[in-house]
Amino acid sequence: MLEIKCPYCGSRSQNEFSYGGDSNIKRPELGKEVSDKDWDNFIYLRKNPRGKHSELWHHVAGCRQWFKVLRDTSTHEIFKTAKLTEEL
Amino acid sequence: MTQKYRLDKEGYINRKKSISFKFNGKKYFGYHGDTLASALLANGIHLVGRSFKYHRPRGFIGSKEDEPNAKVQLYNGAKTEPNAVATEVELVEGLVAKSQNCWPSVSFDFGAINNFLSKFFPAGFYYKTFMWPKSFWHKIYEPIIRKAAGLGVAPLKPDPDRYEHKFEHCDVLVVGSGPSGLGSALAAAKNGARVILAEDKSKFGGSLLTDQVTIGNKTGKEWADETVEQLKSMPNVVIKNRSQVFGYYDHNMMVMFERTKDHIESPNKYTPRQKLWYIRAKEVLVSTGSIERPLIFGNNDRPGILLASAAKEYIKKYGVLVGKKPVIFTNNDSAYDAAIEFKKNGINPLVVDIRKNSEGTAVKEAKDLGVNIKFSHAVANTKGYLRVSSATVGKLNNDKSGYENLENIPCDCICVSGNWTPTVHLASQSGNKLKFDEIISAFIPNQSHQNETTIGSANGSFTLKKSLEDGFNKGFEVSNKLTKKNIKSDPPTSNEKSYDNYEKFWCMPLPENKKYKRCVDFQNDVYVSDIELAIREGFRSIEHVKRYTTLGMATDQGKTSNLNGLQLVSNIENKIVPEVGHTTFRPPYTPVTIGTIVGREVGKHYRPTRKSPMHSWHEKNNAVFVDAGLWLRPRYYKQGNETLQQAAKREGANVRKNVGICDVTSLGKIDIKGPDSAEFLNRVYTNAWMKLPVGKARYGVMLREDGIVFDDGTTTRISENHFHMTTTTAQAVNVLAHLEYYLQVVWPELDVNVLSTTEQWAGAAVAGPKSRELLKKLFPETDVSNEGFPFMGFKEENLFGIPARVFRISFSGELAYEINVESNHGIFMWEKIMNLGKSMGIQPYGTEALSTLRIEMGHVAGSEIDGRTIPSDLSLEGMLSKKKDFVGKRSLNREAFLNPNREKIVGVIPVDKKTMIPEGSHLVKDKNAALPNPKLGHISASCWSVEYNNPFSLAILKEGKKRIGEKLYALSPLKNKSIEVEVVSSHYVDPKGERVRS
Repeated sequence: MLEIKCPYCGSRSQNEFSYGGDSNIKRPELGKEVSDKDWDNFIYLRKNPRGKHSELWHHVAGCRQWFKVLRDTSTHEIFKTAKLTEEL
Repeated sequence: MTQKYRLDKEGYINRKKSISFKFNGKKYFGYHGDTLASALLANGIHLVGRSFKYHRPRGFIGSKEDEPNAKVQLYNGAKTEPNAVATEVELVEGLVAKSQNCWPSVSFDFGAINNFLSKFFPAGFYYKTFMWPKSFWHKIYEPIIRKAAGLGVAPLKPDPDRYEHKFEHCDVLVVGSGPSGLGSALAAAKNGARVILAEDKSKFGGSLLTDQVTIGNKTGKEWADETVEQLKSMPNVVIKNRSQVFGYYDHNMMVMFERTKDHIESPNKYTPRQKLWYIRAKEVLVSTGSIERPLIFGNNDRPGILLASAAKEYIKKYGVLVGKKPVIFTNNDSAYDAAIEFKKNGINPLVVDIRKNSEGTAVKEAKDLGVNIKFSHAVANTKGYLRVSSATVGKLNNDKSGYENLENIPCDCICVSGNWTPTVHLASQSGNKLKFDEIISAFIPNQSHQNETTIGSANGSFTLKKSLEDGFNKGFEVSNKLTKKNIKSDPPTSNEKSYDNYEKFWCMPLPENKKYKRCVDFQNDVYVSDIELAIREGFRSIEHVKRYTTLGMATDQGKTSNLNGLQLVSNIENKIVPEVGHTTFRPPYTPVTIGTIVGREVGKHYRPTRKSPMHSWHEKNNAVFVDAGLWLRPRYYKQGNETLQQAAKREGANVRKNVGICDVTSLGKIDIKGPDSAEFLNRVYTNAWMKLPVGKARYGVMLREDGIVFDDGTTTRISENHFHMTTTTAQAVNVLAHLEYYLQVVWPELDVNVLSTTEQWAGAAVAGPKSRELLKKLFPETDVSNEGFPFMGFKEENLFGIPARVFRISFSGELAYEINVESNHGIFMWEKIMNLGKSMGIQPYGTEALSTLRIEMGHVAGSEIDGRTIPSDLSLEGMLSKKKDFVGKRSLNREAFLNPNREKIVGVIPVDKKTMIPEGSHLVKDKNAALPNPKLGHISASCWSVEYNNPFSLAILKEGKKRIGEKLYALSPLKNKSIEVEVVSSHYVDPKGERVRS
């Protein structure tokens, strides 16, 4: 079980959080024309890197804030966590 | 009462406290402080079980958690526990144990015929033999094999014991209380760290309990006792015995079980049997010690053949001799400690030593005591069926490929030692890549992957001096990283025997023309010949050899067998061990009872139960409840001998005819506030929200980004910047997370806050043609006319002094209202409605009637919003705004979603108008078509229509409405039903929706 440092609450066990995927995915702007390919990429295609991965986590059993985590996908080492407004 | 093999001195047992127990139906006696193993050995019993595959007689090999053979079934009935390790079971009055994997008895086991047929059962036998015919595997082969092989019997009744979970944090967790563990715990604690010291045995001290050493001016045992007392007196130390740290997980999450009950004679009713500790440790010091390795020789698995260290431990800890005519067989000095202990207790052992000579002090001491030693000799084979009776001993020739002369030496036990294997399980579990240490011929931890440091003999330091130094130094180092107090404690001086080199030789040759079985893995019945066969058949990776032969698998995780197996593979393949590598060490280090892992989350505590504020009223009024997620909702209110169907029909009909009341508290409720709230709703819902007037509700549909319908519900504008959203019961939690995601991650510029208010409001739906009349009674001051309070209207009201929110919304399709009050007034509201509705014939209705009403109206719910349907599949295309973008809109243009032949919602009635159509039935054109019968759709929900008094179902059907009027078949192979049905509109009742607006 990972220990994740919520930028608002401090270190808590993983079972207080839920995972939200790659934090670099940007939703296409509303009302803008999007090609089929770009839309497919947004909906379905995700990188699956071995190593550093910046991702979103949601402190569901805590402050209910979404935030960013830089984690190694093979060792689970967490290098940094940050608020959405901060740089990782 | 005689315990023939019990000494009258030695051991940490209480000879004044005799304890009786039963083994295989016979009564025996032991002493307080015994384990089941030591008590059996005191009675001269070695034969405890049969081997896994060949049913060979087996006895004890170890004295601790390394024991592969002595697995027993404890107690009977619900309390029974399979696969208990006899060396780890503390003796208590009335203990009942029996041997496993034997029939009719351990001394005469019918399955032993496998041993005589063993040349037909080599590694891979099952894979090769039971391939065909395929249909035989499931019904014939597998059950027979399962019965013949295997371990204990699982209990059939629920576990009567209680188990607890505990969460703990510390600076330094020390695993194991030998010299390095005690030293490091003391050094870390003195340096101000919060320390937990865990010892899996009942007594602290590890090797200090049995080794003849001095620390400072005390014996090892005295030093250990004093250190433990000192640690216990320190407020920053938690010290636990009977506590096994069995798993090393990510981010230094350590998991441990503590045995809290089984050793107590008359425990309290509420004493938990075991506690599971989740320990988040900033630093972990692994001082788990080492395990002696057996030697491999002909028939080395007979009862009476055990580790030399075990023989010594049985004498030193329990005052028990494992035999009176011992042969000690070794490739190193440590076995001489056992020889010395035998000799001191009046027994004459014979030492058979592979080496040419040894200069170690233990060897000298043994010689001085007059112990008979045969250097350059080895045990080639043994005899004795149920107990070893002799050893065939010979002089090894120069290249150790055979023997010069062989003689038969009578004995009643053989104590073997193949040197020591560090217990690296926890370090390996932490992600530490192990390295092979040539000096000790074993793997030791290398680069730490987490905050883990392995010390003492677990790290390959086999001397006391080094272990103490290691302990004190590392204890200081890791604690100082955290406390920075710089309080350093020096290791005490110590005195111990010196050890000479061991011989790197473990597997004895077979005498000429002999094919003795030489056992490598005792628990899984793997022999040298199996490993040779696996390599001959082309298995190269050690992981493959492991799986083909089962070497190192099962509950002991290869504690005694792994390295011998690796050595063998490396010898056969002419590789060095590090090239062969090692298999993965996996948690748990020792078996853990399922009850401990589950803890208190059993039965009704498995998950929390959510109850509405009106729950007690439902109970008093004969409600039969149903699980709806975590909620308990009334399914129906039973009257007399009614069945579910009859009750649902009565309750539903009363809604259509008079008025009913339904508890809708469990619906998700989300409070939405902020100047951008309308804009936000406009983005997450498919329909338009900007122009919704204050005091009006609107039905909304939410999609996922991939275009699939996510949830639906009504949202009401309470004031300009304040909305009240409702969700389905099932999706309430997910919808909130969904909204938070968009507000925080995607559109942080929107000034909106969302908050779950599900539990803050108690909700009652009042539905039926007489609901307006009832509403008038509830709110006499209010204009409840169709003009004054129109469909989808909302009013903040006063219910006899209680603030209430009243919505004119309907799920049943009747004229209906929903009333919300603060939860603590829920009962007041409910009783008020029931009282005032009495004259109108009001009746409560449960979820079954609620479903019936919505199904015949064609309203969709979870069974249609099933994660596969898009709005047009559910006839919701009218809900899609063309003027604005919204979450999921872009996906609806995808080719597959535009296909006009998609499966869409329709209604279905049986042609005979009598037979209920099972939910989940497949709709097909031809009921007799060849399988797989082409599926046109499926039945999503079924009810008995109260309006028409015949069955009606909703279905998701290919080409949907185009098929209205067609006759199809609904097939349910599960219920063995085939029903001819007619496709109709999904809006079976009041298709124009006139009633809700009346």
